[in-house]
Order: sequence, then structure tokens, then C-alpha cells
Amino acid sequence: MMLLSGDPPRGRVLSALLIVIVLALALTPFLFPGAKAMNVAAKICIFAALVASYDLLLGYTGTVSFAHTMFYGIGSYALAIALYGMGPTWSAVAVGLVVGLPVAAMLALGIGLFSLRVQAIFFAMITLAVASAFLVLASQLSWLTGGEDGRSFRLPELLRPGTVLLSKDTLGFEINGRTLTYYIVFAASGAMILALLRIVNSPFGRVLQAIRENPFRAEALGYRTVFHLTYANCISALVAACAGVLNALWLRYAGPDTSLSFSIMIDILLMVVIGGMGTIYGAILGATIFILAQNYLQALMGAASRAAGEIGLPLLPGLLHPDRWLLWLGLLFIASVYFFPTGIVGRLRAPAK
Amino acid sequence: MSDMLTLRGVHTHIGRYHILHGVDFTVPEGQTTMLLGRNGAGKTTTLRTIMGLSPPSAGEIDFAGASIGGWATPDIAMRGVGYVPETMAVFSDLTVKENLVLAARSGPFDPTRLEWIFGFFPPLKKFWLSRAGSLSGGQKQMLSIARAIVEPRRLLLIDEPTKGLAPAIVMALIECLAEIKRSGATILLVEQNFRVAEAIGDTVAVMDNGAIVHRGAMAALSGDGALQERLLGLSLEAHQ
Repeated sequence: MMLLSGDPPRGRVLSALLIVIVLALALTPFLFPGAKAMNVAAKICIFAALVASYDLLLGYTGTVSFAHTMFYGIGSYALAIALYGMGPTWSAVAVGLVVGLPVAAMLALGIGLFSLRVQAIFFAMITLAVASAFLVLASQLSWLTGGEDGRSFRLPELLRPGTVLLSKDTLGFEINGRTLTYYIVFAASGAMILALLRIVNSPFGRVLQAIRENPFRAEALGYRTVFHLTYANCISALVAACAGVLNALWLRYAGPDTSLSFSIMIDILLMVVIGGMGTIYGAILGATIFILAQNYLQALMGAASRAAGEIGLPLLPGLLHPDRWLLWLGLLFIASVYFFPTGIVGRLRAPAK
Repeated sequence: MSDMLTLRGVHTHIGRYHILHGVDFTVPEGQTTMLLGRNGAGKTTTLRTIMGLSPPSAGEIDFAGASIGGWATPDIAMRGVGYVPETMAVFSDLTVKENLVLAARSGPFDPTRLEWIFGFFPPLKKFWLSRAGSLSGGQKQMLSIARAIVEPRRLLLIDEPTKGLAPAIVMALIECLAEIKRSGATILLVEQNFRVAEAIGDTVAVMDNGAIVHRGAMAALSGDGALQERLLGLSLEAHQ
């Protein structure tokens, strides 16, 4: 209970789902040792933290921001530029963190103080404009960011796949630098989600919820809504930048498509909505379902199409053809929003006593 | 007795509409001042202007020795003004306890004061950990008032607390407001129900078309049917 800040999942099915997801992610290197499975698991961890940080804004304050991928990108690029420029050393990793995180926080502070005074729609528009400008900058400043190609870099020796930490002879399976990197991603993402859970269940989190419901009432109780929203924006940006660092660490690359693109922003929005806004736990479920669907739906449909063809069913093999996976992914999202308007967690979670 | 609150020539515009046209009145310390008037007279806007939610475009508002006209709402609240809006303004997603914790700005609850509040509003104790959104209308109003008095305030602005409530709950609220008044609180109360005003008010200010048209003792207005008829369009007999 302490670990979950007194805010357990509340619901047997939900608890069981979360336990299965966390256990599967924790044991992925041993249960599903292939490169694709590891990539999918790492992406789920990183996006769960990223989506949870966005949920702090959207779900707990009702603020729509389109600059979240910008902060994610700042984290990614900070690490990539430091490791590319300084070489694969731990001091480069430290420089990436020391530069990237404060830059993200300061930018969030500036945007917040400048635009959170105005109506929510203006804040959304300003974040959209700033994020667009940042995307263009990242593409144009080739000497620094690598332009459209991005920056590939090498990790410190300890984190390289070739570094064997425990050979197969010792435990029956190999633990190498890649496995260690995965567990860094897993542990850091878990820590960020638990920290966010602590924040939303703190008195500060309650004030955010009060502001979401009625900012004027919150002000009439003496709370400066602009400052509270700005703090939330900064915390959210910091976590997003940390997720960006983890993303770069895992991919050994930072580029516009993997960290700054608006399609990632849309993915984040969908994950929040599917999981359930204002729950934090929804981020874990939303990220898991979305990323699993993104990576395995095509293969699953291929198998289903073949099976339908073999037993001679009309129409179905064509409908389930792997090329139509995006159509089914879209239908899946529409169905989830229609049947779970409060998100999966909103449906599965028992109300607070 | 000194004045806790003084409004002098206060004008308020909301968008392009000129709502308050030079409002002048005072709220004596330790007394309950009733702000009466027909619908649309500007009573709620007056409270919102004092609270900084609809800032004044001209005039002066003095509260406890400070000129608060143009201050930000949080600063006015932190100076000791509690505000109960007319819309049963609770935070629905939070529990009763969390609603009160939010309002207790100076630290943890004083248990004695909490018991004092539970004495007026027993349902709040019963539903302490329930979501405020699940409370009935009367219970929400109780919570809204409890939030304003969970800590001692120098001035309470209360907007039509009995609006839309069942008669039995209205009686309980009158008892509660009378008890808050006996505790020495200074209250500015907007109320449409003249019987409630009579039962609680010490002084009265009557508004019409965004200006004060009458000020005086509540007892004087209460005993003068013709004045009521002229100012409020009612006589107590007709109202009864």
C-alpha cells in the first residue's frame, strides 16, 4: 500500500491484469528472449511512464498539451548529442541528463507561466506551435541533431550487447549489456510511475483535481491555479524527458520520427483514453494494449486470415488480410472508446470507499 | 464597532455589460449583514467582486484595513475571506474529507472545530470518506458551508445557501448560520428567503439595478411592510 501511495488498483480483474503485465515485463528477457519481444517490452515500459506523465496533465488537471513529445524529444536528443559528441562514457550520460532534464523543465515553466493564464484552448494552441517549431529546429540544425537522419551513438561498454555479465554456463541463460539496459529501462519507468502515483495522491494532486473540476472555486480557497498548473506541467515535462532518455538509451538513436513526431503525440493521447484518464494505472494498460496491437495485430490477422481461408469461409480471409491491420486497429480503438468511455481502468476500477 | 468590509462606489463590468453601478455599503465586524434584492439586482456579482472573481472596474473595497479591490482571488481568500457560492460548489470527484482538507489552508484540522461542524451537519461525519458528488443537494450545501468555516475566517460571503433546499434542511441551515453568527463571525449573506434574512440578519442592504437602494437595521425593515413592498416587491404577510 505504501508503494502505491494508498491508491491500489481497486478491482480484482484490474489488479490481476496489472500483475500479469508487470510480471511479464519483469521476466521478458527470460520468457521471450527474442529481439522483437525485448523491443516491444522496452517500448511498453517507456510509453507507460510517458503516458502516465501525460495523464498527470490531461487526466488530473484537464489541460490539453501538444508539446509532450517535445519534452520526450529533448530527453532523447540530450542523451544522443552528449554520447555522440563526448563518446560512449558515463560522464556523457550524466551530461545528457544534467542538460536535458533542466532544459525540459525550464521550457515547461516558461510555456506554463506564459500560457496557462489564458483559456485551455490557447494553451493547447501555444504548445502545438512551440512543438512544431521545435520539430523544425531539430530537422534544420543538422550539425547538432543530425537533421532528418537523427543521431546514432554508442553506449558505454557496460550497456553494450556484446558485454557478457553472466554467461549461459552460470545460470542457464546469458545476461549481457542489453539485458542490463532493459532492466534500467524497466526499473526507471516503474520508479517514475510510482512517483507519479505518489504525486497525484498527495495534497498537491488533490489541488490539481480541484482545479480540473472548477478553477474558480479552487482560487476562492486560496490556491493560485496558474502556479499549480505550471508545477504540474514541469513535473510532467521532466518525466517525459526522462522517458525520452530511456528511449534513446534503448534505441541507441534519437531522431525526429522516434521522439518528436506528432504521430507519437496521437499515440499518447489514444493510450491515455484507452487506459482511462486520471488513473495513472490506465497508462500501463493503455500502453500495453496499444503497443501489443501495433506490433502483433498484423501477424495475428495473417494467421486468422489463413485459418479462415483453409476452412473455406467467404469474405473473412480478405477482411482479415494483414494489409488491413490499420483498419482493424482503428476499429479496435473506436470500439474501446465506445464500450469503455471512461477507459479500461475506469470500467474495471471499483469506486473509492 | 468597526467595519470589517466597506464598498465605496464599486462598479463592475462583465464583458460589455455594466452590472454594478457604484455600490456603497459596509459590513460591521461581528454582525450578519443581509444583501437582499430582486433577481438580477447584482447581489451575486457583488459577492464575486468582493472575492476578486469579477474584478471591479472602479471604486474601492476595503477589508480589515486593506484595500483589496483588484487583488487576485487567492490573495483575498488567504487574507481571511471564506466564500460559499450559490451552486452547491463542492469538488465532486473528491471525498468529503478531501474537500475539507483542501479548505484547511493553515494546516491539519482542529479536531474540536471539526466536531463543532459535525454538530451542525451530522451527514458529513457519516459520509466522511464518500465522494462529494454522491451527496444529496442539501448535503452538498452543508459541505460547501463547512468548507468555508473549517478554519476561522474573518469574513464569510455566503450566496443563497437555502436555494432549492427542502424546508427541513433550510431550518437546519438557519440554525447553523445562527450558531456561526453567535461564534462571533462576520457574515455577508445573500438570501432570497425573507424569513431566513429576518431570522439571522443584524443589518441589511437592499440592491436594485446594480446599486444599493436601502441600508439599515434588519429589524427596521422586518417591521415595515410598506418598505418591504417598495424595496422588494413583497410584504411579509403576502410572503407567509
